Amino acid sequence: MSSKGTVVVGMSGGVDSSLTAALLLQDGYEVVGVTMRLWEDDSLVESTRLQGCCALSAVEDAKRVAALLGIPHYVLNFREPFKQKVVDYFVQEYISGKTPNPCIACNRYIKFDLLFQKSIALGARYVATGHYAISEYDQEKKRFLLRKGYDHAKDQSYVLYHIKQNQLSQFLLPLGKYSKDQTRLMAQKLALPVANKPDSQEICFIPDNDYKGFISRISPTTIQPGNFVDIHGKILGRHQGLAMYTVGQRKGLGIAAGKPVYVVRLNPEKNEVVLGDHNDIFSVECIATDLNFLAIDGLFKPMLVQAKIRYSAHESPAMIKPLENGDVHICFENPQRAITPGQSIVFYDNDVVIGGGTINTVI
Amino acid sequence: MNRIYFDHAATTQVDQAVADLMFEYMTDKFGNPSSIHGFGREAFSAVDKARQQVADLIGATPEEIYFTSGGTEGDNLAIKGIAYANKNKGKHIITTSIEHHAVLHTCQQLEQEGFEVTYLPVNDEAVVDIEVLRQAITPGTILISIMYANNEVGSIQPIEDIVRLGHEYGIDVHTDAVQVAGNYPINVTDCPVDALTLSGHKFYGPKGIGAIYVRKGTRILAIQQGGGQEKNLRAGTENVPGIVGLGLAAEVAQREMVDRVEQISNLRDQLIRGIMKSIPDTKINGHASNRLPGNVNFSFIGVEGESLLLNLDMKGIAASSGSACSSGSLSPSHVLLAMGLPHEVAHGSLRITLGRHNTEQEVNYLLEVLPPIIERLRSMSAWDGQSYSKKQEDYCSNCQLK
Repeated sequence: MSSKGTVVVGMSGGVDSSLTAALLLQDGYEVVGVTMRLWEDDSLVESTRLQGCCALSAVEDAKRVAALLGIPHYVLNFREPFKQKVVDYFVQEYISGKTPNPCIACNRYIKFDLLFQKSIALGARYVATGHYAISEYDQEKKRFLLRKGYDHAKDQSYVLYHIKQNQLSQFLLPLGKYSKDQTRLMAQKLALPVANKPDSQEICFIPDNDYKGFISRISPTTIQPGNFVDIHGKILGRHQGLAMYTVGQRKGLGIAAGKPVYVVRLNPEKNEVVLGDHNDIFSVECIATDLNFLAIDGLFKPMLVQAKIRYSAHESPAMIKPLENGDVHICFENPQRAITPGQSIVFYDNDVVIGGGTINTVI
Repeated sequence: MNRIYFDHAATTQVDQAVADLMFEYMTDKFGNPSSIHGFGREAFSAVDKARQQVADLIGATPEEIYFTSGGTEGDNLAIKGIAYANKNKGKHIITTSIEHHAVLHTCQQLEQEGFEVTYLPVNDEAVVDIEVLRQAITPGTILISIMYANNEVGSIQPIEDIVRLGHEYGIDVHTDAVQVAGNYPINVTDCPVDALTLSGHKFYGPKGIGAIYVRKGTRILAIQQGGGQEKNLRAGTENVPGIVGLGLAAEVAQREMVDRVEQISNLRDQLIRGIMKSIPDTKINGHASNRLPGNVNFSFIGVEGESLLLNLDMKGIAASSGSACSSGSLSPSHVLLAMGLPHEVAHGSLRITLGRHNTEQEVNYLLEVLPPIIERLRSMSAWDGQSYSKKQEDYCSNCQLK
């Protein structure tokens, strides 16, 4: 066989991962499709279950595509670790006044950890996903780099920054070279049955997008009402529980202050939601913890980067400085709107991911 | 790639003659057995003949055979039907912790409805202790339902002793014989159970058809309502193609039983010897000798069963880690856990179930590809190569297959 080696493709049943499998097959790899079963609300019978990315219909779509491509397809049951590492973390972060990013946790613990392990057990040399990012070897730096996808509007390198060097060397991301439109066009040409399937937008385990309702259901007792206060500590009213708010939020506060008010920060020690005006939600400094560096061995001296404080934010110039405890101090050139504890901050050098961490404190 | 099928406990290939006969009853002879006209009579006679064929397979009379849609429906009908019919006598049922889910979940449903159920433990060979059963009997016990042989590890239960004990106390005994009927001799005269479940697709018959045997005089109620088919016990137009297929499969199975059992168990013993010789730290789950001819269930210590199965599939070999119905769930088999296997050992199980079309060459191919896979998976796992060796020795000293 003149195969380039076996690659396990994580297939969610959507157009991106389906095309990923098709492209790698065309490219001469031996492709094995897997769908990770991550979350199911067991209290509902099949016919009434909502359609998230881990719903049964997703598995069936992936199976259909695999059958069309003539590749083996397996369902991997990661429900238990997903609950622990992603769902429980998600709920816990909200309860402690932070705003988590579950996709980053899922990539880190479920894909880079369990899926990679399982793929090696299957005898595969590579793992691939349908993310819009690029993994390639840099001769000069003698290491693998994670780069933004060519289509910057669709770039997903932000959610992948927790990958390790050795994993990156086995990680194939064939869609990084294409735009979403090109992906759909190629999928249509190949007559993939999911070519026109809409993109999933929401958090896969909360298909109705009501994360507040989800947290109240999963952990009803931990949601304690408390006080809204202004930045000087003056009580302005009652809030419904820290988990119901996020930094920068304006709508749905139920406060009549005669002017627009915003959530400036959440204070878990006092169970307070601090409100302020538009200026109060801008900051220039923060501390990030739990870091992973990809393009460098580690941060040993200050470095000028472009930093991105949430998936939907644009990068902005910043100086990053190592702290003694291993954390990183970030100083932006310009004030950033709603730097939010719990979210990830990712550092770039142009389109190369330097590394990233979790925002811990906003100064 | 050649495909090799080692999963006959999940389902089997329909015999060509069976398929041909069924086709005839879907096309030319499509009548409804209840119809008054010639088409109906033709279908009725065919069903009648099949009933005799199935009765002959297990030593019953045709009046004691009721066709169902398969094993799951059969277990539901026998257990609920007998429980409902006897609930004035008592509300206690005894079963085991290693039953198929068709029995376990039916019993759990009955618990919801106010019945009491005892789930008997089994020993480390997945066999029920008759004394433990005796102690579980109460004045309110109305039914004992114990599988004839286990679908995962193949151990055959002492059904004759169980029946004798049950009848001593006037308790009906049902057995789920889905894995046994058509694959191993059963005779309800020698082993006088009151009800028995069998399923067509486990012995080269079609899916979607099965039967229950209910001994004449046993009190049982229907659990679905409709027309008066199957003497009011199982309403619904008869699945005539399925029934004739089941009948012929039963006849062929009975005719070839002795040869098949010998051929398949020889192949199985060859497989066991080969594996035990080439793969260290391997345990055979289930009874060492008193097991279904085609079944062998291994635990490879330090190997995760799912990865093993997927690797085999990529080599074209179809096997299973236990029941096909629970594949996809990562929890180790309830059967292996009930036998007292530690979690990590139960996790590494591989069930090979041989059938009449398997050959020596196929077994040799498995013996060739399996050891390197096991070695690779073990090199990845955290297993230290030590933890099981003691028990392994204990096991081998009793093993009759050296």
